[in-house]
Amino acid sequence: MSIEVKNVNRRFGNFAALDDVSLEVQTGELLALLGPSGSGKTTLLRVIAGLETVDSGQVLFHGEDATSQHVRDRRVGFVFQHYALFRHLSIFENVAFGLRVRPKANRPGEAEIRRKVMELLELVQLDWLADRYPHQLSGGQRQRIALARALAVEPRVLLLDEPFGALDAKVRKELRTWLRRLHDEMHITSVFVTHDQDEALEVSDRVVVMNEGRIQQIGTPQEVYDHPVNAFVYQFLGNVNLFHGRVDEGTALIGPAGLPVPAHGETTVGQAIAAYARPHDIELIRPRQGELGISARVEHLLAVGPIVRVDLRPDDSDAPIHAEIPRDQAARLALVAGDRVLVRPRQVRVFAA
Amino acid sequence: MTTAVLQPALALPVRPVEKATAEPPWVRLLLIGLALAFLGIFLFVPLAAVFYEALRKGVGVYWQAVTEPDALAAVRLTLLAAAISVPLNLVFGVAAAWAIAKFEFRGKNLLITLIDLPFSVSPVIAGLIFVLVFGLQGWFGEWLSEHDLKIIFAVPGIVLATIFVTFPFVARELIPLMQAQGTEEEEAAVVLGASGWQTLWRVTLPNVKWGLLYGVILSNARAMGEFGAVSVVSGHIRGLTNTLPLHVEILYNEYQFAAAFATASLLALLALVTLVLKAWVERRFAD
Amino acid sequence: MTFAVRRHSVLPGFGIALGFTLLYLSLIVLIPLSATFLKTFSLTWDAFWTAVTAPRVLASYRLTFGASFLAALINAVFGLLVAWVLVRYRFPGKRVIDAFVDLPFALPTAVAGIALAAVYSANGWIGSLFAPYGIKIAFTPLGVLVALTFIGLPFVVRTVQPVLEDLEPELEEAAATLGATRLQTFTKILFPTLLPALLTGFALSFARAIGEYGSVIFIAGNLPMVSEITPLLIITKLEQYDYAGATALAVVMLLISFMLLLIINLLQWWARRRRAAV
Repeated sequence: MSIEVKNVNRRFGNFAALDDVSLEVQTGELLALLGPSGSGKTTLLRVIAGLETVDSGQVLFHGEDATSQHVRDRRVGFVFQHYALFRHLSIFENVAFGLRVRPKANRPGEAEIRRKVMELLELVQLDWLADRYPHQLSGGQRQRIALARALAVEPRVLLLDEPFGALDAKVRKELRTWLRRLHDEMHITSVFVTHDQDEALEVSDRVVVMNEGRIQQIGTPQEVYDHPVNAFVYQFLGNVNLFHGRVDEGTALIGPAGLPVPAHGETTVGQAIAAYARPHDIELIRPRQGELGISARVEHLLAVGPIVRVDLRPDDSDAPIHAEIPRDQAARLALVAGDRVLVRPRQVRVFAA
Repeated sequence: MTTAVLQPALALPVRPVEKATAEPPWVRLLLIGLALAFLGIFLFVPLAAVFYEALRKGVGVYWQAVTEPDALAAVRLTLLAAAISVPLNLVFGVAAAWAIAKFEFRGKNLLITLIDLPFSVSPVIAGLIFVLVFGLQGWFGEWLSEHDLKIIFAVPGIVLATIFVTFPFVARELIPLMQAQGTEEEEAAVVLGASGWQTLWRVTLPNVKWGLLYGVILSNARAMGEFGAVSVVSGHIRGLTNTLPLHVEILYNEYQFAAAFATASLLALLALVTLVLKAWVERRFAD
Repeated sequence: MTFAVRRHSVLPGFGIALGFTLLYLSLIVLIPLSATFLKTFSLTWDAFWTAVTAPRVLASYRLTFGASFLAALINAVFGLLVAWVLVRYRFPGKRVIDAFVDLPFALPTAVAGIALAAVYSANGWIGSLFAPYGIKIAFTPLGVLVALTFIGLPFVVRTVQPVLEDLEPELEEAAATLGATRLQTFTKILFPTLLPALLTGFALSFARAIGEYGSVIFIAGNLPMVSEITPLLIITKLEQYDYAGATALAVVMLLISFMLLLIINLLQWWARRRRAAV
């Protein structure tokens, strides 16, 4: 089942939650909607589900217009951030709910319901909890039950709103890989919302990066990480250092020192640019005659696991530079706070300022 | 920026779709209509009738009814009963809430239930218990009559019955409120050198002032309007042991309907003022 | 009953506050209430039993409890409706109407009584609509039902309203995504969730109704065996100086009230638990 979103607009008062959003979700893929809070990602998911109305635009399921279809007729599975389990029903009855509310004509019999529910509970590996009530379960267990409940109606698409948002870090990681495996087995077209870039990059087939109600970039995790189309995407996908500069014949010169770095994208000569480098793409060397680099002073050193974080203060700017270098390299440099070094970005993304 | 406004050709028209969890408009209208009809028949019409009946015979009759000496005496007694019972129950409410909300002790839940007890006692029984204690045949009956003291069929009985029926109002507002606020602020005040009274006056009471006011308003309305309990202990002596609600009853039973409703309209006005104050406090409270 | 501080506290005033609370509670409530129970001991068991099971008394129970039950039932249905409309829909005058729901708490019962009697009598505004069909409301058991519905009206609204306000919209959305119709969502999800609060409101309304006196006596007609409520019978016995008889009836009513209080506490505990869970 493919999903197509065409030119959807949705305003809440003066706030444009979705601003001319168009998107195609391929059959069987697992798509992540990634963005900061207020970026419109949850609204988009709810529009696809039919929980939210649109001001203009279309939602198509498998090429058919579903825009005015009621949520209960869309056959979507929706998993809520806070699970939304029915607290007065047992786990079994929660999962059975979607089957029991079907019109009499195609409502399965009791034995069929039982078989189906137990099958789903086995799928989420919680069949032993069938007779419990939601409040007796842990957060991770509840979320798996919420997923089983959504799957019970044999949805055409599965939509998950920050599915791991309310869980602690460890459970989160476990559920993440588990969801990926589950998806690989079932191949149901799935869209999930997250504000966690690691989660989006690790789990999904494709990532949609959103900001301020607009889609910034769509691509595989590799694509959006390695080839961000704009500064927002680059910054949102990880820590960055910003250098100002200008373009000069195929290279960008950054900082007052005019350190040359390869320029990317459509920049014209003389244009002011913003160059971004990730902390792990920054090289530090001891100052030597003839070596180019941004001259800076080491302010603070912190060893974290296999890397050392170095905070630097450039001579000619107030903006600090953050670098992450491997431990052995740090040991070779034998840096201490107050040392002078040259900073050289190995990999830079250049965007028009 | 490519918005639908800039590119109207791309903005596809949408049929209005109802929100996923909303009822169709006709269901909404039907339910609102039913609810309003129910409230109208049971609340609004009777209230309107009070004022209509009160003014039916003209403003002159109305004015006469509410200014005759017996009516004024009833007003005075009603105000007196409220003026004694409300402050007493206020002090009790603060003391009970302080003990219950700020300290841990065994039997707390039982105490809370006992404080609520007067709400589940019929007003008639509330009057009866004081007759059994202070009436002629009661525990202290003989002793009281020997010393020529009268409680039942006199003002003290009316005050006692009023205190009983309004007993829980302030306490039951304050207890949950003060429990929710915990003891941290009071502990901070004590650490800073405040005495117990200073802590109560400067920290605790300002924090719960709206709840306190709310309890006082409810307590006052009930004190001024109480009928059953007061009726049992009053003796219905005009000009002496008649409160406003009892005065309404006497006039009504004497078929002086216009006067009865005129007196009743005073109490209805009190009820309306109470509702306005209550809504106002609730709004302040919510902020 | 032992009151002992379990945990040390730096706050002063526990002794005096609790002492005053207990003293005041005993003087105003506990000692006078115990008088009723002690008074009944002046009766033999047979005399007590005769007093509380006389035909006229039994008829008054039937009316009091029957009408109270029906009134609480009406209030449960319409109270839920009113709470729903006040929480879920927008319409002009909503705030005023919301405040107006508390009128039965604020309006003195005697005023309510004469107003209802005037409105529901055969020539009253509403009574006259029914009179042509031979339906008399005021001065019949039906009048008792009307008065008890009036005084119990706010209870269900005020217990259901906050629960409805706190309900997460996700529950209903989840039901909708699973294919439930609005009606199914209500019967299978919303109603069970609201049930504890609804039952609490019902019980409060019922408990209030069985003790009610002021609003009923004006509209009831007070015909022995037909439209005489138990609280009125207590007063009648008092006026005939039958203190023991009045007290016996009072004890029966008190025991039932206390039982209801216990039930209400259990219901509220259940409601809190259901709201707290998940």
